[in-house]
Amino acid sequence: MPFVPHTEDDVRRMLEAIGVDDVEALFDEIPEEIRLRRPLELPEALSEAEVTRLMMDRAERDGRPVCFAGAGAYDHHVPAAVWEIATRGELYTAYTPYQAEASQGTLQLLYEFQTMIAGLMAMEVANASLYDGASALAEAVLMAVRAGRRGGGRRVLLPRTVHPAYRRTVETIVSPQGIELVEIDYDRRRGVIDPGALPEAPEGLAALVVQQPNHFGCLEEADALTDWAHRHGALVIGVANPVAAAVLAPPGEWGEAGADIAAGEGQPLGVPLSSGGPYFGFLCARKRLVRQMPGRIVGRTVDAEGRTAYTLTLQAREQHIRRSKATSNICTNQGLMVTAATIHMALLGPDGLERVALASHARARELRAALAAVPGVEPLFPETPFFHEFPLRLPLPARDLLRALGAQNVLGGVPLAGDYPELGESLLVCATETRTPEDIAAYARHLERIVARQGLFRCPTRPGGGG
Amino acid sequence: MSDVPEDLRYTRTHEWVRADEDGLLTVGITDHAQEQLGDLVFVELPEVGRHCEADEACMVVESVKAASDVYSPVAGEVVEVNEVLADSPELINKDPYGEGWMIRIRPDDPKALESLMDAEAYRELIEEA
Amino acid sequence: MELIFERSRPGRAARAQAPRGAPPAADDIPQRFRRRRRAPLPECSEPDVVRHYTRLSQRNFSIDTHFYPLGSCTMKHNPRAANRLAMLPGFLARHPLAPEDMSQGFLACLWELQEMLKEVTGMAAVSLTPAAGAQGEFAGVAMIRAYHRERGETERTEILVPDAAHGTNPATATMCGFTVREIPTDAEGDIDLAALREAVGPRTAGLMLTNPSTLGVFERRITEIAAIVHEAGGLLYYDGANLNAILGKVRPGDMGFDVVHVNLHKTFATPHGGGGPGAGPVGVSERLEPYLPVPMVAEEGGEYRWVTEAERPRTIGRLSAFAGNAGVLLRAYVYMRLLGREGMARVADHATLNANYLLARLREAGFTPAYPNRRASHEFIITLRREAKELGVTAMDFAKRLLDHGFHAPTTYFPLLVPECFLIEPTETESPETLDAFVEAMRAILEEARTRPEVVRTAPHTLPVRRLDEVRAARELDLVWRPQEGEAGGGAPASGDRERLGA
Repeated sequence: MPFVPHTEDDVRRMLEAIGVDDVEALFDEIPEEIRLRRPLELPEALSEAEVTRLMMDRAERDGRPVCFAGAGAYDHHVPAAVWEIATRGELYTAYTPYQAEASQGTLQLLYEFQTMIAGLMAMEVANASLYDGASALAEAVLMAVRAGRRGGGRRVLLPRTVHPAYRRTVETIVSPQGIELVEIDYDRRRGVIDPGALPEAPEGLAALVVQQPNHFGCLEEADALTDWAHRHGALVIGVANPVAAAVLAPPGEWGEAGADIAAGEGQPLGVPLSSGGPYFGFLCARKRLVRQMPGRIVGRTVDAEGRTAYTLTLQAREQHIRRSKATSNICTNQGLMVTAATIHMALLGPDGLERVALASHARARELRAALAAVPGVEPLFPETPFFHEFPLRLPLPARDLLRALGAQNVLGGVPLAGDYPELGESLLVCATETRTPEDIAAYARHLERIVARQGLFRCPTRPGGGG
Repeated sequence: MSDVPEDLRYTRTHEWVRADEDGLLTVGITDHAQEQLGDLVFVELPEVGRHCEADEACMVVESVKAASDVYSPVAGEVVEVNEVLADSPELINKDPYGEGWMIRIRPDDPKALESLMDAEAYRELIEEA
Repeated sequence: MELIFERSRPGRAARAQAPRGAPPAADDIPQRFRRRRRAPLPECSEPDVVRHYTRLSQRNFSIDTHFYPLGSCTMKHNPRAANRLAMLPGFLARHPLAPEDMSQGFLACLWELQEMLKEVTGMAAVSLTPAAGAQGEFAGVAMIRAYHRERGETERTEILVPDAAHGTNPATATMCGFTVREIPTDAEGDIDLAALREAVGPRTAGLMLTNPSTLGVFERRITEIAAIVHEAGGLLYYDGANLNAILGKVRPGDMGFDVVHVNLHKTFATPHGGGGPGAGPVGVSERLEPYLPVPMVAEEGGEYRWVTEAERPRTIGRLSAFAGNAGVLLRAYVYMRLLGREGMARVADHATLNANYLLARLREAGFTPAYPNRRASHEFIITLRREAKELGVTAMDFAKRLLDHGFHAPTTYFPLLVPECFLIEPTETESPETLDAFVEAMRAILEEARTRPEVVRTAPHTLPVRRLDEVRAARELDLVWRPQEGEAGGGAPASGDRERLGA
């Protein structure tokens, strides 16, 4: 069997040392009536060469379409050095750094990460990661409610412009604790939170969530929203795209006082699309909230000789010490992805990350202009500033369009109608710096042909309503 | 051997209580408790004005490797908390019966104190353990 | 070692990695939306960055470089094929929301993994989506909650947890809105059945159990425990942290469990990555099947598709934005295909053989097993209580001195039940020579503890740092680096207009 070093002679010698006749005797404490007395019904073992062939076939079968999909996962360039280093065995096969003296590499790296992500979000503290953006938002909501516990606020405003899968994840994770999530509708013409939909005299309000850019790629009036929430005694949780934050005001800069908590998806920082994971969630906050933070946190200290050293700290918040009173049950996080993100940020630096953000925005503008020029295709929120994605109204079913584009090796975007039926047939489209002018031109060309072929450009499939 | 002052009352969960002249009770954790916990790094205290039941966990002390609830020895209203502990939790290690006091309570029942252990009983308790 | 920020020099950059040419202006984004101060990231060249992080990596212990017998963590060899094949360009480039007709190869792997995990755990259905063991626990307990609520049994508000349980168990129960009741363990390491009988009742929602337990022994009266909990109307949760011990020998489903989570980053050899990612798929018996978290993968006539909220109205819901840690799932899939039917059962054989051998050798060397009358599972506990008392050398001191000998320390001070304990899990991928060398190191440290205890008490001596001042770390929180006055790297104004207009 693979990966087991024992020779027959080893086994014999070891059994002798234990004082039993055979390996089976080692399982004699398992009651016979529950033992599995048949082989597992699993496939036969394959050799490495056979598995390689199988996996290559499967990976190739799915093709490599030119990606114009975003919606929370973005196709940025990942410098070669990022994963060359991140997959070094010393980083890749290490455990959680509980033995600090034997884990200074991982610990210092996490401290550097906390510094970088807190800086990017303009916040004071950060943890060492959560599972992904959606579950990070759920933890941020729990954290906000805990922080306001004495006041008793258990209502959280969760606007519809927040990623739908994030909203559903938050609901799964926070609802057992009796937290009330309140939807806030958006302005149909502008694609951002409708200020008129905010409650007039909000009671028991713990927090307002603002995603920037929002799920439509539109820019929310984050300053005004932050000040509104603070006036009503609520915390503000900013959900931010870390690449966009190189150009857009990060949560810490919103309004008079800044948001209180920043959460988000770290994938755009050096993590490949890879079918949705592993990515990593980040969580940053004001220093006064640090004890309400879930997850691991690394601190800098000194060793017995006064040398700088790094260690996990504030562990009394965590499940292995606080048990049923812990801030969260999280244990394993997404350390390796954070390793990649740290190297990624170090390589790009402030200038490189800003270039990536600006180039993504420029490509998205070109893309929107090119696609909107196709008869029958219209941007849904043309007046609202956007970052690198935007929704289009389509003159044909999004599903049909995606299939037709797929045949041309183009992944055209993500349909919105499932979560926003009021938008009709529509597609959320994204461009990053990796899309070339040729990619954009090809997409527009295919779109024009497909729409023309359908003969639909004169009869939109949904009633009007701005645009 | 830990210090167990004669003039205080004690609980099984290692709090001490002192009856002050103004009818209030001062509460902290014992020398034995701070020794067991090691260097404290954080103390969480209740809000002034909160009512605590007897044996209610209303405070927390944390060391690097442990967190412990601290229980209100009697039912009563919290009238004062030792704000200094927020920045200097080590005062509990240095001076558990003095500068390391945690809260002052106005007891619902002025006689509640009598049900608690005296120094001798507490000394026995920690010697058993 | 200096921080990457201390290597930073204004104007230095890794130019090839960023887009070429002058950055376009973004003049359509009004100033009120723009960043005010530039992100305080380091400015370094690629050689700087490569050298810095390579050197940092060399300040770690890892499975690739060291024996890593961390109890309850299953630090087995991480096969390189699994990594390489999960990182094939096609898999890496696949967008999570790509249509199903462009995802058949990927979905096939996931569906087959679901099926294999069903068979290995003996459960009726599996969802792969939880991102780690703790999220699997959350899913499992949330399903227990949904089950009772749907039956109108809202008075079931209590989750029972053995006192030796992983901290995630009680923490999860609380997150799911339950209160926690601890069940004591008897002197032989089994659950105290009398206490369990007394604890169960109309308030019992379920019992969370690890088997083999965290004490490194198999819970022998598991069927009785299952009957007690079921008769009281509660459900049984299996924490899969120790599944490696019993692969192919006995299955949680056959023990009577209603829901299980599996740690792919333990039993199925995916790397720990310095703290993650993991994956914590959940399996359930038929009565909990409707509540499984989404998405799942279905197969019909050789076609694979996602199963989402739309067709599973009773699901507890979604746990992440997409489908969990897909790349970890692919690694586990490759590992399982490499092991196959026979290899899977032999994992338990060799893991148990190694543990019992190491226990026997350590006993011979004078160490005290916590449960001397019990067979070790894939791990076992020794207690250094006597050494601590007689020599003044604690489990912590032994652990730190082991680092000097080139061994990662076992799990220390867990479970809390056993004083001065080492929870030791060698895994099946270690050779007897490695185990023998570990025993020799332990023997040498014991000798040193007798003759030169100060050396052990102040260990480690050969690592990049000595013991840390953790009290200072917690009291004087330093969680992010701030440049000193006059240093580089401190947030210059962002490019474009330096002043932001009012909102």
